[in-house]
Amino acid sequence: MKTAVQQARANTRSGEKTFQWFVAILLTVGGLLMVLPFAWMILSSFKTEGEVTKIPPTIWPQHFTLDNFKLLFDSMAFGTYLTNTLIIVLASFFGLFLNAMAGYGFAKFQFKGKGFLFYLVLATMMIPGQVTMIPVYLILNQMGLTNSMLGIVLPGLVGAFAIFLFRQFMSDIPEELLEATRLDGAGEFRTFLQIVLPISTPILAVQAILTFIGGWNSFLWPLIIANDEKLYTLSVGLSLLKGQNESQFALQMAGSTFMVVPIMIIFIVFQKYIIENYTISGIK
Amino acid sequence: MKGSSQKLAPYLFIGPSIILLTLFSLLPILLALVISFTDMDLSGLVNYESIRFIGLENYTNVLLDPSFIKSLGNTLFFVIIGVPLVLIFSLSIAILINMGKSRAFKVFRVVFYLPSVTNVVAVAVVWSYLYNPTLGLFNYVLGQMNLGPVPWLTDPTVAKISLIVLAVWRGIGLNMIIFIAAIKGIPGSYYEAAQLDGANTWQQIRYITLPQLRYAIFFVSITTMIGWLQFFEEPFVMTKGKPLDGTLTASLFIYNNGFQFSKFGYAAAGSFILFFAIIAVTLIQFRLQNKAES
Repeated sequence: MKTAVQQARANTRSGEKTFQWFVAILLTVGGLLMVLPFAWMILSSFKTEGEVTKIPPTIWPQHFTLDNFKLLFDSMAFGTYLTNTLIIVLASFFGLFLNAMAGYGFAKFQFKGKGFLFYLVLATMMIPGQVTMIPVYLILNQMGLTNSMLGIVLPGLVGAFAIFLFRQFMSDIPEELLEATRLDGAGEFRTFLQIVLPISTPILAVQAILTFIGGWNSFLWPLIIANDEKLYTLSVGLSLLKGQNESQFALQMAGSTFMVVPIMIIFIVFQKYIIENYTISGIK
Repeated sequence: MKGSSQKLAPYLFIGPSIILLTLFSLLPILLALVISFTDMDLSGLVNYESIRFIGLENYTNVLLDPSFIKSLGNTLFFVIIGVPLVLIFSLSIAILINMGKSRAFKVFRVVFYLPSVTNVVAVAVVWSYLYNPTLGLFNYVLGQMNLGPVPWLTDPTVAKISLIVLAVWRGIGLNMIIFIAAIKGIPGSYYEAAQLDGANTWQQIRYITLPQLRYAIFFVSITTMIGWLQFFEEPFVMTKGKPLDGTLTASLFIYNNGFQFSKFGYAAAGSFILFFAIIAVTLIQFRLQNKAES
């Protein structure tokens, strides 16, 4: 009797084990398909132009070369594009700070028009980019900001979703803590900088990573506003590269690798924060 | 004195954001509405006096424009095929990852999320290479299996499907994370009770997981659908709407008219038609959801 129960338990345990293996294999096959384009991209970027067009294709580069990357910087102005992209990233961090301020304002103050203004902020989330694209261009044109870095950066500086997340998080900061700081004679802004922001590190971290990724990847708006190659971002430069060097695949792969790998590294290092953000933001 | 600074403080905190959102989100939508009733073009940009009010002319012209009708048809094709695919893949992968008992399964979250965070232009460049008819990896692999070459981006219908494959690959990650978060929110006691009753894995998914994920599935299908209705970057970088307008989407049509041909009024009218279509489809979704609830 006893052995029969043990036998049954052992059976379910081994059944469970097989099942776990089955799931793992299924996910591994899917996962390989997910990373295949990236692997192909990175490996091709180190091949010579001749090797990339060879049939049958090689998987591992026969003649490992960095020439493609050198070409990007020596004759294609990728250095300028990189600088512009980093400026956009920095500016978007300033935008992040403004979002945090607005989130705090909505979370911890009672003031006239609060409800109305907050709904106004939320309403902007529902407006599709296609509708505002043309008028925003016209507004910037009126302000004389087309073809300028300010014109690229300004429209995307603040965002309703980020404000919303900050408000959610900061609502939970205990009132007594803020009161105590105020009693110590700190101004409102100092309270925000020295108490509120440090407490908000978890949400700040998530937003910072997402802001970095967003800034690094920004494409459509710089494309619309920048006429001058001096203002192009990496993605605008890369789409240009694709159009002008249709048959130079190794070069194209090097450009793509240069865009994608930094984000991959940042994402893999910080993914824990992003993925857990979805529990913070309460999407259930 | 303290009282007055207390009163002013919140406005100083929210002020910059409110000003920027008003200037670049709220005001533009009003402006777009006005522009859509005018014949504004490049000359109007220089000299406002040349802009004429033409009533609904843009709207009637857009709705009769064969390439706009074609772009709407294509957009619908993308929505009808793309949304269910993203939903099924991201949900199945989320459930599978959640079944894993080992910590190693967390690696899969990263792997499947990776395409979502990478740059769309870079990704489109890479996939153009994979799809290349003679040098691409896909046709080479098919050739090795004695299957004929596929005209990935050169046939109007196949090109649509090729773009869907790419966009689904990119779209799985974010939605999968949303599903994983939702699955984690289901109380474990439900599963324990079901196991005591002898329910197998499939029955647990069918009768516990899926019903509990009702709201997440609804959320994902709405956001995914709105995303596909605005489908732009992949066709813009990879095909420019070619071949034969086969991958021209509504967003691409608006962009082309606005920024290639500088027909601002015409493009604005197109954008409002798309906006209304999105609102209509979203409302229908909410209706269906409410019906299913009651």
